[in-house]
Amino acid sequence: MGLSRHLKGVHVKHSKNTAGMPIIPMPVPERVYIPMVQHIGAPCTPVVKVGDTVKVGQLIGNSDQRISAPVHSSVSGTVEAITQGMTQYGRVDTSVVIKSDGKQELLDTVLPPEINSLEDFVKAVRNSGIVGLGGAGFPMSGKVNIKPGEVDVLVINGAECEPYITVDHAVMLSYTQDIIDGIRAVMKWLEIPQCHIGIESNKPDAIARFNELLAGDPAIKVHTLRQIYPQGAERVIIYETTGRIVSYGMIPWNVGCIVMNVTSVMKLQHFLRTGLPMVSRCMTVDGNVVLHPQNVDVPIGTPISDVLEFCGLKEEPKKILLGGPMMGRAVPRDDFAIVKANNAILCFNEAFAQQRKETACINCGRCVAGCPMGLMPAKISRAFKDKDIEALKELNVLYCMDCGSCSYSCPARKQLNFEIKQAKALVMEAKK
Amino acid sequence: MADRHTDLIVASAPHVVAPADTARIMRDVVIALIPALAVSTYVFGARALLLTAVCAVFSVFFEWVTRKILKRSNTIGDWSAVVTGVILAFNLPVGIPLWMAVIGCFIAIVVVKQLFGGLGQNFANPAIVGRIALFIGFAGPMANWAITPRMSQAILSVAEQDAITGATPLAISAAGGTVPTNLEMFLGLINGSMGEISAAALLLGGIYLIVRKVISPAIPVAFLGTVAVLSLVFGLDPIFQLCAGGVMLGAIFMATDYVTSPITTPGRIIFGIGCGIFTMLIRVYASYPEGVSFAILLMNILTPHIDRLTRRKVFKPAEGGAK
Repeated sequence: MGLSRHLKGVHVKHSKNTAGMPIIPMPVPERVYIPMVQHIGAPCTPVVKVGDTVKVGQLIGNSDQRISAPVHSSVSGTVEAITQGMTQYGRVDTSVVIKSDGKQELLDTVLPPEINSLEDFVKAVRNSGIVGLGGAGFPMSGKVNIKPGEVDVLVINGAECEPYITVDHAVMLSYTQDIIDGIRAVMKWLEIPQCHIGIESNKPDAIARFNELLAGDPAIKVHTLRQIYPQGAERVIIYETTGRIVSYGMIPWNVGCIVMNVTSVMKLQHFLRTGLPMVSRCMTVDGNVVLHPQNVDVPIGTPISDVLEFCGLKEEPKKILLGGPMMGRAVPRDDFAIVKANNAILCFNEAFAQQRKETACINCGRCVAGCPMGLMPAKISRAFKDKDIEALKELNVLYCMDCGSCSYSCPARKQLNFEIKQAKALVMEAKK
Repeated sequence: MADRHTDLIVASAPHVVAPADTARIMRDVVIALIPALAVSTYVFGARALLLTAVCAVFSVFFEWVTRKILKRSNTIGDWSAVVTGVILAFNLPVGIPLWMAVIGCFIAIVVVKQLFGGLGQNFANPAIVGRIALFIGFAGPMANWAITPRMSQAILSVAEQDAITGATPLAISAAGGTVPTNLEMFLGLINGSMGEISAAALLLGGIYLIVRKVISPAIPVAFLGTVAVLSLVFGLDPIFQLCAGGVMLGAIFMATDYVTSPITTPGRIIFGIGCGIFTMLIRVYASYPEGVSFAILLMNILTPHIDRLTRRKVFKPAEGGAK
């Protein structure tokens, strides 16, 4: 029996209040606190000392590990300290603190990279410091480090299925040609014959823009995705655009695919054209306590509180999310620094943040009907309660990708996704 | 630097939830039962409202008091006891002594629901077991079908001839008598259990529940479809079989009880077909004229097994793929 043509999901209220807003550059902060871990993979080691003068785009942290991304200064100024402290990921990591001189002087060695071969291209991608900007933060150099022929499809993720967030949409409207040029560069150097761009149908203007500028290019196809969360999840967008299945224990490379977010590709194109590495990122700032919800371009390392000061607050936030409301992380404080992978800051008041009272499971099946991976969260929840590892394995708990559709749809307000996360840890622990 | 916010609420994602919670779902079921209650009140008079109110109030009371005694949290706010009470009332003859109806509520809420752990834990539909217990315990009053002038002439004339209190259309049909017209059957101008008479009003409620996404159409369609097909197989009138007895009430409001029916769509289709088969087998071959509640109860018991056989297919390549 085959799988159905579309994967399941849930209808989530879009709340795209900032749709259509341009991306406003934020004023340069007084200080930036640039973490050495902003990505999945090996942490960077600082390559600057306290007292060093740095310029915009200067390398300040690097690693020789295969999966990592170098870190660059987002301001010109002086290295004030190299600290150990908790970052937004809840770990203690090294950060480089730079006091800005306000001049934003560009490093004079920032020049467009010269690329004549696949090796040059992979090296350039590595030097750009770009990571997956849709939220995951996987170093782009780790994706493009392939042999020609291993990958035949490039999937470009413009789904932006999380509520509130509109920054990818803004990028697709403002930098359509750059995205297309970036796509063509990746296809050229990696010898990938075809590209699928996936965009949710709630962004018809972006779809129209691409179709207009692509002018019938047979190698690049724009797919209109249904408005069902989570179309932007990697496994889902690959299946919806190519029909290929990336399951548990697999990566897109296993099925000949590379997936890149639209903003990542835009950043890559800017690097190829100017040589300026990833020193800032655009993000949506929204939520019911934000005075001026908008899309802003934020220097990496800017504290959340500076961004909120710039956008204004109507009342005291009680919950601050980095990322969307479906998969984003709630942070305990607002003094964490913005990293490359953050695509949104969402602030909410107490009424929104209140935990809903959990009641008994009524077996309604909404969690089952909404799971894109074909799991049965209600049954997993029961097996988890019994700590029944065999049953959890039988229920394929490890196939869960944490999209949160189950918790979202549960009328008993059970935190199914949270239970599944713990159940996965239980199964992984038992495997050891 | 800006004002610090350091005492923020941290919780696991997702941070938003769908609007429908358990209480809203249960309230929707109550709303969907209102058209049928209106028709029953028209046909049977105010006693229909009284019976419904007594069952609802006592179901809620028993839920509250049992949870109090068992030192469990108060759950009457979830409206599930109201639903059970109203559906039980719909399954009783309108003239049943009220104290018997209260016993039915006690069996449904205390014995079937709370002693098994409360909402979500019971293996059988509480209202159905309440009805069956009364049916066996008080066979006379449970077959005492009130006759009112608003009913079909076919029923009124049978009642006159026999001087027994109103044979239902199914009983008349079993005895080979003249049954009400299909239009009368559909509208509910007939006798029977208080809330089951009007197929039209029950269907209206069912459409409301499907539109509100409270129930999926799988069980009602499979159940009603099976009854229709088997009617043809047995040479019976499918419209009559669908409108008679408890089929509509059962297919739309009782077989679709989440707790006691399968969780996947294929499972629900199997469940609905099973309900339809047993209903028709009882109607045609058994000594009871009606079999909806027994059919649903039987399928309730099979539900865990159906669930086991109809798990959703996990997202992985056909050959098994990577480990």
